[in-house]
Amino acid sequence: MASTKAMAAPPAIALAHIDKRFGPVHANRDISLEIGKGTIHGIVGENGAGKSTLMSILFGFYQADSGEISVDGEVTRIMSPTDAIKAGIGMVHQHFMLVGKFTVLENVVLGAEGGFVLNSGLAKARRELERLEKDYGLQVDPDAVIDDLPVGLQQRVEILKALYRGADVLILDEPTGVLTPSEADHLFRILRQLKAQGKTIVLITHKLKEIMAVTDRVSVMRRGEMISTVATADTSPEQLAELMVGRRVLLRVVKSEREPGRTVLEVKNLVVKDASGTTKVNGVSFVVRAGEIVGIAGVAGNGQSELLEAITGIRPPSSGEIRLNGKPLPCDAAEARAQKLAHVPEDRHRLGIVTSFDACENVILGYHGDELYQKGIFQDRRAIRSDTEKKMQDFDVRPQDPNLRLGLFSGGNQQKIVLAREIEQDPDLLIVGQPTRGVDIGAIEFIHKRLIAMRDRGKAVLLVSVELDEIRGLADRVLVMCGGDITGECAPETPEKQIGLMMAGAAA
Amino acid sequence: MEWLDLIAQVSGSAIRFSVPLLFACLAGLYSERAGVFDIGLEGKMLVGAFTAGTIAALTGSAWLGLLAAILASVLFALIHGFASITHRGNQIVSGVAINFIAAGLTAQLGETWFKLGGQTPQLTNDARFMGYAWPFADALRGVPVLGQIYSQILSGQNILVYLAFLAVPITWWLLYRTRFGLRLRAVGENPAAVDTAGISVPSMRYAAVACCGILCGFAGAYLSIAQSAGFIEHMTAGKGFIALAALIFAKWRPVPAMWACLLFGVLDAISIRLQGVPIAGIGTVPVQLMQAVPYILTVVLLAGFIGHAVAPKAGGVPYVKEK
Repeated sequence: MASTKAMAAPPAIALAHIDKRFGPVHANRDISLEIGKGTIHGIVGENGAGKSTLMSILFGFYQADSGEISVDGEVTRIMSPTDAIKAGIGMVHQHFMLVGKFTVLENVVLGAEGGFVLNSGLAKARRELERLEKDYGLQVDPDAVIDDLPVGLQQRVEILKALYRGADVLILDEPTGVLTPSEADHLFRILRQLKAQGKTIVLITHKLKEIMAVTDRVSVMRRGEMISTVATADTSPEQLAELMVGRRVLLRVVKSEREPGRTVLEVKNLVVKDASGTTKVNGVSFVVRAGEIVGIAGVAGNGQSELLEAITGIRPPSSGEIRLNGKPLPCDAAEARAQKLAHVPEDRHRLGIVTSFDACENVILGYHGDELYQKGIFQDRRAIRSDTEKKMQDFDVRPQDPNLRLGLFSGGNQQKIVLAREIEQDPDLLIVGQPTRGVDIGAIEFIHKRLIAMRDRGKAVLLVSVELDEIRGLADRVLVMCGGDITGECAPETPEKQIGLMMAGAAA
Repeated sequence: MEWLDLIAQVSGSAIRFSVPLLFACLAGLYSERAGVFDIGLEGKMLVGAFTAGTIAALTGSAWLGLLAAILASVLFALIHGFASITHRGNQIVSGVAINFIAAGLTAQLGETWFKLGGQTPQLTNDARFMGYAWPFADALRGVPVLGQIYSQILSGQNILVYLAFLAVPITWWLLYRTRFGLRLRAVGENPAAVDTAGISVPSMRYAAVACCGILCGFAGAYLSIAQSAGFIEHMTAGKGFIALAALIFAKWRPVPAMWACLLFGVLDAISIRLQGVPIAGIGTVPVQLMQAVPYILTVVLLAGFIGHAVAPKAGGVPYVKEK
């Protein structure tokens, strides 16, 4: 080890010819990558590009079929997370690996308790946490219970966990998905501070803005392959997007001015409770007019889901009024459809599709009673098939096979099928939740265009998304939800910072 | 005086009734806190009782009987573990299967080996765990309250009774004050967190299931070689399920589990005490009804009186590493 000192410092992590298959899926193809010590290295790529698999291999969650990993210039076999932790690699997972009922301290020591009896280990961890707090500005109450903490702090606990185990390399997998813009800014400040102290950071994300803001170098992955690694300063979001998709993509949606028409949806003093009786939507009122897209911004879990469920007739509201085209809308999903309300649900796997069904069966889901699909008392398979083929063509669904099981389509193509089904019903009101969640950039562009087209045809669109950029790009008016209230309404041009404040609950 | 004596007697027998429940309840606690639901407590108790009765009868040693009961019960616990941890089977189905196998196997083997109608041979006192009278127990019997507590509740119990109550603080300490307990609770709440912390989820769950087996062995041995003098077919009579009810009632916590088991023990003791005794204004209550009281209470308590019992979050869910 000492001899390497004379040479240039070896990279913190070097991956050489990593290859990994899951059955027929070739997740990583011959990937080589060097991550410099004390840098922030971004890894971008679309869903399914293999970023998470690669990092899971580095963290010992999976083993590569072939290839080798070097840490600080030494070839290291990483067979389990324990090996990775020993090699000084820590990971902050996209879905936090925390025990909700435990305190911060208990979560930090889990797996590194330091002895059979907890007492001394906990005391030592408490002192260590205080030190980390001071060094990196990572304040968090060690005795707080995880479930009581906001996500931003939970993520901080994840970082502390890794640092407590002596991580020199920190991998963060999509860390900002659950954060408000100001929480994300705070995270980036922490990351820069960690870098200043000599830690190496690997940031996996699909948000190009973050890459540009915080990384030193960036690697682009596409379909399991490492496409290129460049210095962040020498690139642009457009170039990265092109590298990710393999063709030019429009990041900004083009839309023309349009004067909204009559009121289509009117929501008055709506109160919705969840299954456990907690009030999730707290007396919300707003309208959506024909020819406009109203976007609801907010951090996930602030009542948007319950609001959507109430309007679309899935969850009965406790009080308040919902009117569609002037008529009260009963809480009945089938009746809502009959009154020309179409719904692209937030969680397509739970509410939008049946993955074990064929594409064509999914295309008629919810509309299977339509005249078009009937032939006497039977369903007209031929009509269904040709209708599906047409929709697949119009929405550029690939592969164009109506009899293929939906689970075999990519996320983007599944979402296109849901959109095709709902939009082609020619509804007056289209309700869209997280239209581009788990959807690749190429498909995002397409979906955005379709939503704008709906609006331009004079339809009303209610859009809920946790992606602030998406809301700002598509909506004509932005409503911000926080803690079940609408904390503000603003124009989409409003600076992100200001919308971020409203997302955190500050009044407009 | 007579009333006090009666209360002391009922309390003494309530404790004896609650012991098998307590062992089984704590057994379930280990397993379920680690995320493995176990409705096979009943079956493991039965296997333990049968093995204890058989080995004690053959060797004449209560301790060997207990040891054998523990081994047999752990074996069944590991079968449950193999099905539900290694093969990610449905934990309820596996538990039901264990109960069926246990009920059939013990009756059949008992009949084949001993030809006593499914029972094991009557044990002599040497081959059983007998109560020990504490010093001066008889002398202090007449002293009101303290003397009665000493002579009729504390004294005269067999060693398994003391072990059962000792198991409560030990379990509490293990669960909340040790690395083992921290990991065990974590694996029942979020196994992925345990996995990424570099701890094997299957080995934690197997360890928990083995603890469950050990305690079920104690529960079974208590029934056949402490409380009775031999194994009788189906002698657990649903105690494993009552223990499960007590576990839920106690919201999966050791100390409340003890109180819950004592409550069921008291009900048992009272129901036996009141058999054939006319109650003022009602008359003699049928024996069957009195015997049913603990079960009725279980339903009532579980249906409404315990509030919201939140089970361990990952309970019943096999752990699969997500892709």
